[in-house]
Amino acid sequence: MATETTEHAQGMPQLDFSTFPNQIFWLVVTLIVVYLLMSRVALPRIASVLAERHGAIQSDLDKAEEMKAKAVEAEAAYNQALVDARAEAQTIVADARAEIQKDLDVAMAKADAEIAAKSAESAVAIKEISDNAMDAVKEVANDTAVEIVKAMMPGAGDAKSVKAAVTARLKG
Amino acid sequence: MATEDGGSGLNIHPMDQFLVKPLFGGDGTIGMFTITNVTLWLAIAVVCIIALMVLGTRGRAIVPSRSQSIAEVLYGFIHKMVEDTTGKDGLAYFPYIFTLFIFILVANFVGLLPKSFTTTSHIAVTATLAMAVFLAVTVLGFVKNGASFLSMFWVASAPLALRPILALIEVISYFVRPVSHSIRLAGNMMAGHAVIKVFAGFAVVTWIAPASILAITAIYALEMLVVSIQAYVFTILTCVYLKDALHPHH
Repeated sequence: MATETTEHAQGMPQLDFSTFPNQIFWLVVTLIVVYLLMSRVALPRIASVLAERHGAIQSDLDKAEEMKAKAVEAEAAYNQALVDARAEAQTIVADARAEIQKDLDVAMAKADAEIAAKSAESAVAIKEISDNAMDAVKEVANDTAVEIVKAMMPGAGDAKSVKAAVTARLKG
Repeated sequence: MATEDGGSGLNIHPMDQFLVKPLFGGDGTIGMFTITNVTLWLAIAVVCIIALMVLGTRGRAIVPSRSQSIAEVLYGFIHKMVEDTTGKDGLAYFPYIFTLFIFILVANFVGLLPKSFTTTSHIAVTATLAMAVFLAVTVLGFVKNGASFLSMFWVASAPLALRPILALIEVISYFVRPVSHSIRLAGNMMAGHAVIKVFAGFAVVTWIAPASILAITAIYALEMLVVSIQAYVFTILTCVYLKDALHPHH
């Protein structure tokens, strides 16, 4: 260091031509070394790495494309299956409904017939009861009329004519 | 460091950093094969290039490590530059152009280390690079195109009267190429380093020191930019010249 500080550049050291052969010689050596290293080792290596990476990315993209196609296919199959299943479910539902309707119709008809029979039977019974009631009313009316007539006019008429009159009145 | 030569008390020798010196004393003369600081810093640049481009990529990983991705970015950058500028047939010369680029880039950056010697600040170095490009491109132009390479200087699209003048201008500009090519790089390197040294010299004065140190920091940042850009410029100009050699017809 001590010896160096005493030595100062006169003008531009760049223009000191006595150092040119030295600089040029070592530069040429350097360039040859760098060129050999680059062209033999570094550049082919990087080129192969880049190509490899490019290939890997490309194959990954291809694979992704393929998988996407598969997924689309699977989705279509799924949708188809869904449509099929829905259609089948609909036919099953329709069948079931028809069967139930048939059973229901049969049961309704049977019930209707039973009801009709029962109501006819009831109508007959009602008619009978009502007739009986009418007869009873007639009887009571006759008896009552006969008694009233006997009580008000003793010896007037007989029971037969009273009965006829009451019956005529009841009809009227 | 401050010595008493220099009248103002300041002792600024911005050009000292560019001195070529023998590394191992000797008698102080510099022959062609003397191991000098040039040798040392060129060797350091080579070591850095090996570390980045060879050791850094040895994993050959699909998912790159940090150094590998730097190497890949540089590769891709120059590859694209060569392809875009010179076309597909220029890719045959890609290893040469990449060698130039990586050497200039790394040598420039290594030169930014404090106490280092900047090999690319020397005209001897940049002129050798530029002359190599110039000669290679010229020879290549004639080998690829024969005499029709000369049609590059004959602008067929210009009016006939103007063509001789344009041809003269084209020829002059062609031969000025290596000069501008080399001086641009060396000049940029030298100027930046010299300015940093000048500011460093001012830093011995107490009341200027803060501003000086700030300025050094700022210029250092600027220099980081400049060294990359100069490596880029040198390389893309090489590509442009190569394109002229491969496709001389405008």
